[in-house]
Amino acid sequence: MKLDTSGFETSMPTIGFGSSNDMLDGFSTVPSFDLPRTTDFDGFQKEAVQMVKPARGTTTLAFIFKEGVMVAADSRASMGGYISSQSVKKIIEINPYMLGTMAGGAADCQFWHRNLGIKCRLHELANKRRISVSGASKLLANMLYSYRGMGLSVGTMIAGWDETGPGLYYVDNEGGRLKGDRFSVGSGSPYAYGVLDSGYKFDMSVEEASELARRSIYHATFRDGASGGVASVYHVGPNGWKKLSGDDVGELHYHYYPVPPAIAEQVMEEAAAE
Amino acid sequence: MTKQHANWSPYDNNGGTCVAIAGSDYCVIAADTRMSTGYSILSRDYSKIHNCKADKAVLSSSGFQADVKALQKVLKSRHLVYQHQHNKQMSCPAMAQLLSNTLYFKRFFPYYAFNVLGGLDEEGKGCVFTYDAVGSYEKVGYSAQGSGSTLIMPFLDNQLKSPSPLLLPAQDAITPLSEPEAVDLVKTVFASATERDIYTGDKLEIMILKADGIRTEVMELRKTLSECWQHTLSIVLIRISTLGSLCYLELCLKFSCVVNRFSFSYL
Repeated sequence: MKLDTSGFETSMPTIGFGSSNDMLDGFSTVPSFDLPRTTDFDGFQKEAVQMVKPARGTTTLAFIFKEGVMVAADSRASMGGYISSQSVKKIIEINPYMLGTMAGGAADCQFWHRNLGIKCRLHELANKRRISVSGASKLLANMLYSYRGMGLSVGTMIAGWDETGPGLYYVDNEGGRLKGDRFSVGSGSPYAYGVLDSGYKFDMSVEEASELARRSIYHATFRDGASGGVASVYHVGPNGWKKLSGDDVGELHYHYYPVPPAIAEQVMEEAAAE
Repeated sequence: MTKQHANWSPYDNNGGTCVAIAGSDYCVIAADTRMSTGYSILSRDYSKIHNCKADKAVLSSSGFQADVKALQKVLKSRHLVYQHQHNKQMSCPAMAQLLSNTLYFKRFFPYYAFNVLGGLDEEGKGCVFTYDAVGSYEKVGYSAQGSGSTLIMPFLDNQLKSPSPLLLPAQDAITPLSEPEAVDLVKTVFASATERDIYTGDKLEIMILKADGIRTEVMELRKTLSECWQHTLSIVLIRISTLGSLCYLELCLKFSCVVNRFSFSYL
């Protein structure tokens, strides 16, 4: 029986010169990137990143509870101080039963999640069964480890449901990979953790859990300038993921903290008296 | 020994602004034609729009035009390979993904190009894809990129505010504007951006994509900070010079020519 060693092929990135035109080959090996021929790679990357200002900044969270995994994220992308988009999809659908969240560099997350989706599909076709969440997160972590130190910015969570039940892993651009029940990633994560940790119970229903997730994202967008837009909430159950809600955080604010009508009436009276 | 800092940069910013708006059965892509470097104008008639010839997909890019040129060539060749392999032209969403991958393949030495891709999707509805420099992309109803984008986007948000595609229950992001209204909006937006952005001006090139074909319109934009002043000044100078000698007239004409070449002039 030939073992599937495609995961092991990612140990070393091939350096730019002499690379074959792998754009036509597909994604079975490490994509080889053009590297600038400079003596100071780090300094060059710092300058290049500052100049192109790739889109980043975010709040994402995920937690495991009795009914599965709840995943939520905001949708703002900022380029320096400019909000480049309020409608970025930060919850990436890797396949019908696995989700990945995006935090850090938008292009990095989009590209590597897509790459992971391809690898997961290849695994399914080669092994005639779905890849586990543990396996998928390991593939991603190994891939990112080989680009360690080159300035990628990826802070992602892989959430899914496999044969062992619900699974949640945090993977980052240093190649770190952590298994856990509760994670929040991004510039707004401290705020989200505050709300999430204080409201978390393992025995929650899907509605309670989704409300907790939504509130956590809302509070993070309230206090963090780099987070905002639409708070999306997804649930991953035994039959795959389902999007539960997508609410504009501005509207959520007035939903949670409605303006008391008494004050408005007072203002109207004062205005009429003048 | 102190670390020597590089005094040559492989990048330069040639300025310019690109805008695209998607409609129910059309897509409008527009860009100005000014190419600058620092405070100088290199060209007043440089097109930033590239027709990918991919079944109605048009790419407009601002930033460093050398990188843009290289990017256009790479896209063209990859599209050609696709055509040979699949015996058909790429659809606009496919071209969008291709552009994203092409940009990301230079993740460690990015193309300094800020792109907007516009076209019609398989159903004939307009679609606009907006990119950052390393390939993160998103399908939107409208977008502006380039030096004037921070001036234009808030105005487009105000006029075309389309509900976010992430909202549930889902709402359609396509703008309800008709095609002539969208073209008018684009002209207005560029006229305003030209007033406040030194890198935007000269001419506006608009491409309108519809199911039956592509139409191009060109509109003149402001060439200097105040053209009417320049005109007045040249008249005044000529009047003065009729009292003096011919060489004085020559000097005045030369002055107005020099003024012509500066994007930022004190007139």
